[in-house]
Amino acid sequence: MNFAADRADAVVSVLADGSRRAVHGYAGFVAAALAIAVAFAYADAFNLVRYRDALPTILVLLGDSLPPDFSRWQSWGRPLAETLAMSICGTVLAAAAAAPLGALAAQGSGFPVVSHAARLVLNTLRSIPDLVWGIMFVAAVGFGPLPGLLALACHSTGMLGKFYAEIIEHVDTAPGEALRSHGVSRLAVLRFSVLPQILPRVVDVTLYRWEHNVRAATVLGVIGAGGIGLQLITAFHLFAYREAMALILVLLGLVTLINVLGAWLRARFLA
Amino acid sequence: MPTAPCGRAGRSGGDDLPGNAPPAVVLDQITVCLGGQMVLRDVSLVITAGAITAVVGRSGVGKTTLIRTLNGLVRPCSGTAQVAGIGTLDGAEAWRAHRRRTATVFQDHALIGRLSAIDNVLLGLADQRHPLSLLPWPRALRQRAAMALDSVGLLARANAPVGKLSGGERQRVGLARALVRDPDLLLADEPFASVDPALVGQLSHDFRAAVRQCGLTVVIVLHQLDTALAIADRIVGLVDGRVAFNGTPCAFDSAARGRVFHNLRALSPLLKDMP
Ligand SMILES: Nc1ncnc2c1ncn2[C@@H]1O[C@H](COP(=O)(O)OP(=O)(O)O)[C@@H](O)[C@H]1O
Ligand SMILES: [Mg+2]
Repeated sequence: MNFAADRADAVVSVLADGSRRAVHGYAGFVAAALAIAVAFAYADAFNLVRYRDALPTILVLLGDSLPPDFSRWQSWGRPLAETLAMSICGTVLAAAAAAPLGALAAQGSGFPVVSHAARLVLNTLRSIPDLVWGIMFVAAVGFGPLPGLLALACHSTGMLGKFYAEIIEHVDTAPGEALRSHGVSRLAVLRFSVLPQILPRVVDVTLYRWEHNVRAATVLGVIGAGGIGLQLITAFHLFAYREAMALILVLLGLVTLINVLGAWLRARFLA
Repeated sequence: MPTAPCGRAGRSGGDDLPGNAPPAVVLDQITVCLGGQMVLRDVSLVITAGAITAVVGRSGVGKTTLIRTLNGLVRPCSGTAQVAGIGTLDGAEAWRAHRRRTATVFQDHALIGRLSAIDNVLLGLADQRHPLSLLPWPRALRQRAAMALDSVGLLARANAPVGKLSGGERQRVGLARALVRDPDLLLADEPFASVDPALVGQLSHDFRAAVRQCGLTVVIVLHQLDTALAIADRIVGLVDGRVAFNGTPCAFDSAARGRVFHNLRALSPLLKDMP
């Protein structure tokens, strides 16, 4: 029967399509594996000779830094508070700037030109490392935590804006359409449909960014942005490895504390 | 729906409409194009005030698009819509007035899963609040939402997140969100699709009683023909975006059914339970 033959042909073509896609999949996998191998080779990671002295050196360094020396702990309170303040203020400023930028950058926000412009701003903010932002702001406003928090804010705005835009793009549009069919304004759709849907993910990535910024704020201390990082780099410069180890432990404690706080906040918002 | 969800007295007693009931909405030669494809062609319809108009047809014929045209989510490329008391829907002002009196029950519920049932129902009243207000929902509005939930028999689940409700319960939340607006025109897109088939009979009976008591004008898309025949005052059959039948349930004879559900030979074993 002609009809049956037609159907058989159609089935064969569907199956052929499937095998073609599988072949493409394997080819892509092999290409990716090759690219990764080249990257390792290029970074000199296969040059085994260079690993010869690595372990002994690390052990010597570890030995020199043990036991940790907490004797100057009284002078760490202020730098620690500075680092914490930098991370909090940087994250809050970034979240405040990233919210409108991310909303504009999200595909389907309504105006393609504006959305591309917002994306460009976010990409620029993000592609300049926070260390570079830090050097710029130290020159602009002087030493201390202020340039640090401005640097964190700039770089984090780029990161958070990108994440916010992606979260907004994944929002279910159906509840918003229901609102629009009732004659509700665009702003109200954002408030009553988009916001409740994105809130848990936004809280999640913002808390994650805060945790990241505590670590980043430490590094910024190195270039004169104050905080515990300055103490750490000073200890290294003075070869006071045991004090450096103590500072690293303190930092670890702080980051762990913030992770615990973040987990608690997440549990509250995701419930 | 044990109680009447609306606040007004409504049409009393009689289940039959007067023969010369006024039109609520008149569609004149509406054509809708979506993605370069003509989805509705020259649809002309009179939707009678206070009546239940059931839209039936195979999937993909444009039933959802017809509902979306009536609530303004889709703008026709030609044709006009006139609404009693408002006139032609052309400007923003006319649409605002029309939408204020209209509510829609969506096929896929269109609820927010993480919000509670009552918070979802409150979304039906979002046009009564300033979008930037940080205050909680006013007590009067929350009371209306609770009463709407009660009217669909779901008050006990008011504070449960919608994501944890069953399909049928979600559908009822969607219905409550529409009813809380106290609309004149109720649009419903397959509102019983996710309800246990054994319950559809009772639910659709309650639905008819409730909307009758409120004097609502209803346009309802149904895929179960027997449900449509049981509750509708008028049946509109769509085929390929055109009106292929428009008449009373009694007039929807086997010839008319054949016209609307034509070309289903391959599926007929699956559809034998259709009357
Ligand atoms: N946004 C859209 N863009 C392009 N085509 C669409 C869109 N919405 C619906 N359609 C098409 O219009 C036709 C009718 O769709 P719909 O009204 O949802 O049908 P029904 O509700 O009767 O199943 C379908 O062929 C569908 O693919
Ligand atoms: Mg549909």
